[in-house]
Amino acid sequence: MGAYIAKRLLAAIPVLFGLTIIVFLIMAMIPGDPATAILGSYATPENVAKLNRDLGLDKSLPEQYVIWLGNLFQGDLGRSYSLNRPVLDEVLERFSATLILAGTALVLCSVFGLLAGIVSAVRQYGWADKIITLLVLMGISTPSFFLGLLLILVFAVKLRLFPASGMYAIYGGGDLPDLFHHLTLPALTLSVVATGVVARLTRTAMLEVLRQDYIRTARAKGLPERKVICKHAFKSAFVSVVPVIGIQAGFVIGGAVYIETVFQWPGIGSMLVKAIATRDLLLVQGGVLVVAAAYVLFNLLADVVQTLIDPRLR
Amino acid sequence: MNDGRKKTSGEDTLLTISGVERIFGGERRLFGGRAPAVHAVQSLSLNVRKGETLGVVGESGCGKSTLARLVVGLDDPTSGKIVFDGENLADLARKDGNALARKVQYVFQDPVASLNPRKTIRTILEAPLKHLTDLDKDGREKRLTELLQAVNLAPEFLERYPHEFSGGQAQRIGIARALAAGPELIVLDEPVSALDVSVQAQVLNLLDDLKKTFGLTYIFISHDLSVVESVCDRVAVMYFGRIAELGPAQSLFEAPMHPYTDLLMRSAPAPGRHELMAEDASAELPDPYNPPAGCAFAARCNRKTRTCLDNLPASDQAPGPDSGHIAACYHPLIEA
Amino acid sequence: MTNAAISGKGRQAGKSARPGTLSLLLNNTLATAGLIILIAVCLLALAAPVLPLLNPDVTAPANRLLPIFSAGHLLGTDHLGRDLLSRLIWGTRVSLAVGVSATIIAAVFGSVLGLVAGYAGGRTDTVIMRGIDMVMAFPYILLALAIVAVLGPGLLNALYAIALVNIPFFARNIRGITLGLSRREFVDAARLSGKSPAQILFVEILPNVLPVIVITMSTTVGWMILETAGLSFLGLGAQPPQADLGSMLGEGRKILFTAPHVSIVPGVMIFVLVMAINLLGDGVRDILDPRLRAGSLTRPVARTAVLRNPADVPAPSGDENILDVRRLRTEFQIGGTVYHAVGGVDLALRQGECLGIVGESGSGKSVTAMSIMGLVPTPPGRIAGGAAYLEGEDLFAASDRRIRDLRGGSVAYVFQDPLSTLHPLFTVGNQLEEAIRTHQPLSRAQTRQKAIELLSLVRIPNPKERLTAYPHELSGGMRQRICIAMALANDARVLIADEPTTALDVTVQSQILTLMNGLRRERNAAILFITHDFGVVSAICDRIAVMYAGRIVETGKTDDILANPQHPYTAKLIECVPVLGEPERRLDAIEGRPPVVNDLPDGCAFADRCPHAQSLCRTGDIELVAAGANRSVRCLFPVNTDPST
Repeated sequence: MGAYIAKRLLAAIPVLFGLTIIVFLIMAMIPGDPATAILGSYATPENVAKLNRDLGLDKSLPEQYVIWLGNLFQGDLGRSYSLNRPVLDEVLERFSATLILAGTALVLCSVFGLLAGIVSAVRQYGWADKIITLLVLMGISTPSFFLGLLLILVFAVKLRLFPASGMYAIYGGGDLPDLFHHLTLPALTLSVVATGVVARLTRTAMLEVLRQDYIRTARAKGLPERKVICKHAFKSAFVSVVPVIGIQAGFVIGGAVYIETVFQWPGIGSMLVKAIATRDLLLVQGGVLVVAAAYVLFNLLADVVQTLIDPRLR
Repeated sequence: MNDGRKKTSGEDTLLTISGVERIFGGERRLFGGRAPAVHAVQSLSLNVRKGETLGVVGESGCGKSTLARLVVGLDDPTSGKIVFDGENLADLARKDGNALARKVQYVFQDPVASLNPRKTIRTILEAPLKHLTDLDKDGREKRLTELLQAVNLAPEFLERYPHEFSGGQAQRIGIARALAAGPELIVLDEPVSALDVSVQAQVLNLLDDLKKTFGLTYIFISHDLSVVESVCDRVAVMYFGRIAELGPAQSLFEAPMHPYTDLLMRSAPAPGRHELMAEDASAELPDPYNPPAGCAFAARCNRKTRTCLDNLPASDQAPGPDSGHIAACYHPLIEA
Repeated sequence: MTNAAISGKGRQAGKSARPGTLSLLLNNTLATAGLIILIAVCLLALAAPVLPLLNPDVTAPANRLLPIFSAGHLLGTDHLGRDLLSRLIWGTRVSLAVGVSATIIAAVFGSVLGLVAGYAGGRTDTVIMRGIDMVMAFPYILLALAIVAVLGPGLLNALYAIALVNIPFFARNIRGITLGLSRREFVDAARLSGKSPAQILFVEILPNVLPVIVITMSTTVGWMILETAGLSFLGLGAQPPQADLGSMLGEGRKILFTAPHVSIVPGVMIFVLVMAINLLGDGVRDILDPRLRAGSLTRPVARTAVLRNPADVPAPSGDENILDVRRLRTEFQIGGTVYHAVGGVDLALRQGECLGIVGESGSGKSVTAMSIMGLVPTPPGRIAGGAAYLEGEDLFAASDRRIRDLRGGSVAYVFQDPLSTLHPLFTVGNQLEEAIRTHQPLSRAQTRQKAIELLSLVRIPNPKERLTAYPHELSGGMRQRICIAMALANDARVLIADEPTTALDVTVQSQILTLMNGLRRERNAAILFITHDFGVVSAICDRIAVMYAGRIVETGKTDDILANPQHPYTAKLIECVPVLGEPERRLDAIEGRPPVVNDLPDGCAFADRCPHAQSLCRTGDIELVAAGANRSVRCLFPVNTDPST
């Protein structure tokens, strides 16, 4: 097993390298003069020339990549011109906020999605199934940014139960209860779509598994139905849902872009939107790179979990 | 060279398989080393005579289906060569991709899976006529009618889809498709094992009639000894990718030489037979990734000696009493 | 086995009156609702230029932020005084166009990549899929953001970005299906028919992939509309003055607290549009996905439903039978059709006896065996009549709790394919110990000891080590031994074996048959042995019952029946099988095929295929009548009735 994990980690290295190439190429593909694009159209020619030198843009593309990669290994992602601070510092600070939000949403969607899917499958065509199916369909049809606005209107503006924006209260906040208070609405909003997707897939997977011969064997052994469903059927269904949860992590992180904008959560998503609007491309590059790397590692984790459960994959 | 003798043997033999080997896996890996390799078929040599039915028997994993796919060109041997009617298959394929398909055809084990679910029977049967023959539209229409008649199917079936047919009917369509381009050799890969017993006999009888009518040669692959015995002229018994025993059906079934053939025959249940020969549970196939040095059957054999464990017997190690009956065994049940 | 038989029947049923795709879709209320809403929205969007709408881009600061239902502005106005209704319809037009175009672009490019990768395999596949993996390594929206960042904000750029990030999704899906299809036998058959690779890919494979492409498209359109709206919401898509639903929502958000209707109106529209598409998409998927069609993805409940008339429960036949099945009728209801899989079967099993049920597929032999302990899947199966008595106890009247105790306790099953009947994710030791612990209150160590004993009982070498093996690590013969050990775990008095050797090689089959024969003598257990093979019957069964079209047509001692079959079907069935050592034997095929059990003929079900049939055979109900000691036949004109026997 340890060998397998090591092998998977090794296999992730080329993927991470591929990521750096794509991210680098995205930067290189910017139409026109990158330095002008970065500095804006009011930049003086001296500044442009200096930046070109600083970025090594007078060299060939592969050379530029090697230099950029070398800097990357030293933790140097360049300097954000709009914030005037190192990109890495900003990105890491923002990323931790996103991790709290997206992590919570991911836990919520896994727990509720799996539960809803199991209930829905076990009570197939019953009223519980019908209600869950309809809710799930509504969940995946609602734009999360619109849902966020509605929740703000209802719970923050009308009922005043939760704050409308931010991560901590400006005065006297900063502790854990305060964080949860601020986290509730955005995390819920963010998890809705993913919960729907997980629930649908769990339902299908459970129905598929419940028709298998080994479920009949379990029943023929005289096992109580609870054990047949929770032990025998769920384990198999879970194996096929785990990679979906891995993919949902990507959607949750991506969805954070909207939610962070709506709730003004100081995460990497809202940072990216601002960075794009201000054409702070080094910041975009750094942000995309860090998030993508985290996503690759998370999917690796999902893979390992799947292999732990399913001996046939070893 | 004696020209006359060469000519007669050329007429006699339709297909020659010599020293054929097929390895799966074993490709080079990115970081050095090789992927594990399995020898599906090893140093296999076999002749198929014109007009005969050659049976190939063996249990799952013995390489009989791989052999079938090699003969029809669905797969290529890793080494060795297959010669059909004097022409090497590899050369034939290079010259014209469809040349082999005109002469050798295939009938699949699962009749329903071998028919595209979204095509009508007409489209399915017309494909070989279009691509392998130069018949015009009328010629094809005439041939379709003949084909359906040959396999006892009503003409109105042409416009139907495969899911509307039972296994037996679908297999008749599969046979008609194989016949379409007028091949000389048909490889039948377990043609009746997916069918119910009452339908099996229908299909076996049909195959027998077609062989006589069209002067065909068959390679009949099966795991069922009794079916093979009832339809084949000669039989090859395969074990672990090699031929264990080869001989005329009558002499092979009456007096098997290889202990494996004997085991197969005595394990086969038959109506009225009460006692079956049974081995220990430890009697299993060798690990294909780690094959034994000697005879692959030695571990299960009660006649084995040191020689068997260390050395690989040649396929004609033991010549039998009848001509053409050979076994790959150091201690055959019958000595010549 | 059972499932295959049922789906086979379902197929045949579909043939007679196969409803069109559209009428199937219209049967689904939700999908129809989605379709109607979608058509309405599309018509509205298409008709935007001809509708009497105000110019959506004309600002009127004097009329800013008018509420809903204002005069002249049905949905009010936004912060620049523009008419919301007009903007909504024009915005919907843009959103729909962008969403649908993005879907088509992604579907075309993704499908081509997937088809090529899946069919070509090897290096081509590796290169394409590595590229796809690389793109998929980015969180979806993030990649779209990065692309927009490079290309610059704008509706067309947003469209490209959304289409591009969805290509991998299509490519992966289509590749998987193509890969599976290109290994199918019909593709080999097409190659042998002389078709070129391109012809195979586009003529043979593509039509089979098309439903999947349609399903994927119908489930992603909604999603794409959401995503483009999202980019516009962030200000990266449609740029003013052009507006789509997303940018309207984005603009409205700034005045959410003062004029919520400006954001709610476009938000609700997105929701309604996407919901309609998803409802329709689900409906389309249900129709096109073969797994979901004909309700095959229904969950069977723990025990077969019993729907018999309580006033008409046959009494046990009396004597010392352990298992006594009386007039058992089991049916399957698929759609409006009822299949009488078992139509009144009587069976009796004595202690230590082995009774074989012989029949072809669809004869009802497995369904009979599964009905006894309620293992026939409901839906669609149900027990419609009769009784099964285990030592006098009516099993169909017993409580669920009682049935659970008996299952795996007094009555144990061994199934056909030992690979699919063992759970792939648990070790065999775990599964075996579970069988023991369910019925016996033993400690962990005792259970383990007992498991080891059971494995040695079924002659598995190194039992202790084998406990930690997973099913896929064992050979077929070993797996079936494990299944037998599991069945013997609690000293079952009746063993029901459903084709336990059919999936095995002949040498392994003889091992398993010899093992079962030895065990039943050692333990004096009764066996109900289901098979289609008279050879197997000879090796293990004392008595046989031959089934045809859901009923027993002949029963008696094994040797008597084999030597002297009296029902024409039995006789024919024995004659049409080749026998080892008798190569000259003429195979006497039975012409025709068995009747479908939803529409059985009057009289004898075999009459149409029987050479001895007379007009009397086609009327009334033909009884199973005694024909000598331990022998009965359901035939008016039995054969081989030599008076001397």
